[in-house]
Amino acid sequence: MFEVSLGHYLTLGAIIFTIGIIGIFLNRKNVIVILMSIELILLAVNINLVSFSIFLQDLSGQIFTLFILTVAAAEAAIGLAIIVVYYRNAGTIRVEEIENLKG
Amino acid sequence: MLAHAIFFYFFSFVAIISAIMVTASKNTVHSVFFLILDFISISCLFIMIGAEFLGMIMLIVYVGAVAVLFLFVVMMLNVAQQKNQWFKSSETSTHIPVGLIVSLIIFFELIIVIGGWKYKPDIIKNFSDSLISNSTNTHTIGSVLYTEYIHLFQISGMILLVAMIGAIVLTFRKREGVKRQNYFSQISREKNQGVELVEVKSNEGVKIDV
Repeated sequence: MFEVSLGHYLTLGAIIFTIGIIGIFLNRKNVIVILMSIELILLAVNINLVSFSIFLQDLSGQIFTLFILTVAAAEAAIGLAIIVVYYRNAGTIRVEEIENLKG
Repeated sequence: MLAHAIFFYFFSFVAIISAIMVTASKNTVHSVFFLILDFISISCLFIMIGAEFLGMIMLIVYVGAVAVLFLFVVMMLNVAQQKNQWFKSSETSTHIPVGLIVSLIIFFELIIVIGGWKYKPDIIKNFSDSLISNSTNTHTIGSVLYTEYIHLFQISGMILLVAMIGAIVLTFRKREGVKRQNYFSQISREKNQGVELVEVKSNEGVKIDV
């Protein structure tokens, strides 16, 4: 119980990953919250990589966490730019009203 | 070891609660603030576990840049008042049980994988020589990142450059009726285009066409 092992960190990563997926599925009002859920999912992946890297004494996990951080920042910038352009054209970013692709 | 456990449970509790509040809170600005709290607690976990460089980078990149970007966009788009409700939408109520079922299945699959998984017995021996022991985490990351992973490092710089150019190109627009400075036409202007000698007759004045 008081010995924090690798499994604790992996469980924390699994919980945050699941919360991110729940946020993507259940949120129907705002696209920005979906982007934030994607950030949560990437954060869970980062937790897994860093904890494996620490417990296995191997640095590759931390290096890859650095690259995931880069890609997450780029993805947030591009996604927010797309949201701004869509809001300018359509006047709304509610998920229920974005139906141009008839999905 | 007890203090380690106490801090782990405290930070992970804060992280999980704030992750729930990111997706569940009604105001979008509040969700951005809970996202910031989540990043801060996870980076505290990273610092605690021994990856202090990544913890600090998480603070700088996520809290300092990404979350502030989210905050700016939320405030610019005037969507903070759109209520973000899970269970209030009437016509699309079928997605709630489907989403809960899918995410619970994913969660239990992850738990099963975590519970029933073991190391290959000689894996620690294979890896343990890649970590230089008596130097800091930042030092070891630098010594690996700029030698073995230099191409990936430069490619990630290119990704950031492309993302920056893409964001600028996407949000750029020319508005009508706004006077802008055009450097090219300013610089390439000749003397005979800008100045004109006019013979002014008396009592008639000069007609200026603008």
